[in-house]
Amino acid sequence: MPSATLLGQSIVSGLLAGGLYSLLALGLSLSWGLLRLVNLTHFALALLGAYLTYQLGHVFHVAPWLAAAAIVPAFFLIGVALHAVFAYFRVAEFASLLVTFGLAVILESLIQWFWTADYRRYETAYATMSIRVGPLFIPTLEMLACLTAVVLAFATWAWLRFTYVGKALRASAEDPAMAAAFGVNHRAQAFLLSGVSAAYAGIAGTYIALIATLAPSQIWTWLGVVFAVVIIGGLANPIGALLAGLLIGVSESVTMAVVTPAWAPLVSFSVLILILILRPGRV
Amino acid sequence: MSAHGRRVALALTIATLGLGALAAVGLPAFYESFLYLIFSWIALATSWAILSGYAGYFSFGHGAFFGAGMYTTATLTTALGMPFLLTLIAAGVLAGLLGLGIGAVVFRVRRLRGELFGLLTLAITFVLATIVLNTRIDGGPGVYLSAVPMPRLLASPTGTLYLLGLLLAVLTVGAAFAIAQSRLGLGLYAIHDDEDVAEVQGVPTLAYKLMAFTLSAGIAGIAGGIHAMYVSYVTVGETFSITVPLYVVLMSVLGGARHWLGPAVGAAIIGASLYAFTGGQQAVLGRAAVAFALILVILLLPEGVVPAVIGRWRRHARAASPPTVVDIAHAAGGGRALTPAGAPAALECHDVWKAFGGIQALRGVSLAIGPGEIVGLVGPNGSGKTTLINVVSGHYEADRGRIALGTETLSGRRAHEIAGLGVSRTYQIPRPFAHFTALDNVALAATFGAGHRSAREARTEAQGWLEFTGLARRASAFPHELNLHERKFLELARALAARPRVILLDEVLSGLNPAEITSAIRLVREIHEQGVAILFVEHLMRAVLELSHRIVVLNEGEVIAEGDPRDVMRAQRVVDVYLGRSHVVA
Repeated sequence: MPSATLLGQSIVSGLLAGGLYSLLALGLSLSWGLLRLVNLTHFALALLGAYLTYQLGHVFHVAPWLAAAAIVPAFFLIGVALHAVFAYFRVAEFASLLVTFGLAVILESLIQWFWTADYRRYETAYATMSIRVGPLFIPTLEMLACLTAVVLAFATWAWLRFTYVGKALRASAEDPAMAAAFGVNHRAQAFLLSGVSAAYAGIAGTYIALIATLAPSQIWTWLGVVFAVVIIGGLANPIGALLAGLLIGVSESVTMAVVTPAWAPLVSFSVLILILILRPGRV
Repeated sequence: MSAHGRRVALALTIATLGLGALAAVGLPAFYESFLYLIFSWIALATSWAILSGYAGYFSFGHGAFFGAGMYTTATLTTALGMPFLLTLIAAGVLAGLLGLGIGAVVFRVRRLRGELFGLLTLAITFVLATIVLNTRIDGGPGVYLSAVPMPRLLASPTGTLYLLGLLLAVLTVGAAFAIAQSRLGLGLYAIHDDEDVAEVQGVPTLAYKLMAFTLSAGIAGIAGGIHAMYVSYVTVGETFSITVPLYVVLMSVLGGARHWLGPAVGAAIIGASLYAFTGGQQAVLGRAAVAFALILVILLLPEGVVPAVIGRWRRHARAASPPTVVDIAHAAGGGRALTPAGAPAALECHDVWKAFGGIQALRGVSLAIGPGEIVGLVGPNGSGKTTLINVVSGHYEADRGRIALGTETLSGRRAHEIAGLGVSRTYQIPRPFAHFTALDNVALAATFGAGHRSAREARTEAQGWLEFTGLARRASAFPHELNLHERKFLELARALAARPRVILLDEVLSGLNPAEITSAIRLVREIHEQGVAILFVEHLMRAVLELSHRIVVLNEGEVIAEGDPRDVMRAQRVVDVYLGRSHVVA
């Protein structure tokens, strides 16, 4: 059994890693739950955002927060444009999986074309900063990412819960025809949501650039875990996605500390499999 | 075997002999490996489609079965020194059992939707990879097979692999064809369109899904076993990567996953284009081009290349030759009269209860329908009429109570068994199989219902029932081409084709115009004359009074009156339930 400090430290780093999972899961959960689109392009967009942050910072010496200020609105527009394609061709849930897979591969190829398959590391002064709480170290960047996830999750929840647009989106997801009969303009709101979801991918991307080492194939490394988070959290449930992300992050990191790092993937997927089998009605 | 079947078998044999002879003569090793890879993809994509294409359960776990096969062969040849060809059998059996085990767990979950099944199978792939990586099966460094002796089927090792790949690909495509023509295939297609209806019509859906999954996984396992020898160095990262599950899906969807030849065509196209772009930066652009082509195909040809080509060719052929008029008089049962339904029997419900959460839909319903009797079941909306039909037909299981047909107990049985014993039903809103023609919709009921007919007999019989319901001219129409009246009658034709002893009719008349109602009432009479007992849910009083021998009134899940139609409808309690209690005392 590891010491209390090690356990505490692994819970902290699990929470922080989980924050990044939540950040990625948030946009995915929204578009799947409310637009019925399983959007694999989300991962590719996040990585593209990371490479853009890297390019702006490493080559042009633009500060990361300035880069984010440029990337987020640009990604919003990309999201809107993507939805224009889906809406024009009336892409259904299953076809969306295949189409967005194709788009993700195209983006992966583009990234590899511009930045090659070599690993890229964006070195900043922030990367080594950390806060010390008693015996525990909390890296600043990861903490910021986690806080962003918390803030975005609650903001999104409030948006869906209290605003007209949020209610309209939920009504349309429940019964599009009936919502339309009550005057909900689902098309306009779907564009907005798709844009927001892509903008979240941009935000996640900026943090990924600062925290992780980049390679084009990383598009696929988060796929399994983040889908597990989305499903465990419940579709279109921002708070659920946040909690599920933190849960998976902690359980992985505790497994790493207590058993061995190699067994960590088993945890998230076992949780996912159990939930799918025992509670299929949740999703 | 049908003429079509013989032609396909001949074509596959010629292809095998031709391609096999090519290798015997001696191809350059480069072409042998190139074609081996294509064959391997054909086997993988086609085997995937047996479950996922035919029955519509998209699996993203094909890589797990492929990987299980690879590691079976790798382990058995290196650790136990087993001959390579023998390990292929083990690889197939093990992967098949893995599929069966997974299926036995997940297919019991009724509400598991398609895309969740996909994610679940993907998750299983990652779990399997983690287990293999962390146990003695691999342990991390990978397994080398370079010292394993290659059997000398042909002079060169690449030739041997080429031949094995060819055999597996041809056998898989042949199996996919045979299944598409069989009862199993028909059942799987029906599951794809509407699983609940398929079960109620007598398709043993769970068993069929398990059979398809086991076969599909087993073939992937054999392909993996061969591939282990081809790569000769097996690692977890390569084996369980996202490549296999995604490419098999793409290949099948591109070619047409519902057609037996579609996945093979898709595998050939994508496999060849992947090879054309290997090496350097060009490979990157090539991959992007393949991805772009995939997007275009899914957006423009959602059914896949092969069905699109066949469809165009058929339309062309149809335009060239004048439409043939079906000789209805001769088509009906091939000249013979339609045989009446199975032996008459009584349906009895005794104290049947059913709740949905807190809502008690049925509270101890008891009713009996004598052999050959017509019983009208009436009651206000929400009184439990449709629930009762759903419980009798086995779609829902009763919480309590006993339902019997003659001497057979129905309660507790699965819906397809109940259909097999001679209970069939119609749906208030018709639920035909969308990808089946009217004829095939009826033929499915004839195949799986109480009659248990062969495919050919079922089609002849179906033609007869279409004639009986006046739909013979619409035999080759798809459900979306039929109007409501025709779809209602198609429901009836399906229910009859199952050769039922009892038919449960759920508001067959709703939404019809007066002339259509008159013809529908006549039809129900004719059905009754065949000796079928009828339970008949209806709001239209004219029809209820005209047809029923007896009526049963249901209110809030309880039987409140029963007896002669005219007497019952005059009873004060029934009038109160229907019209509300009068508060003004006149």
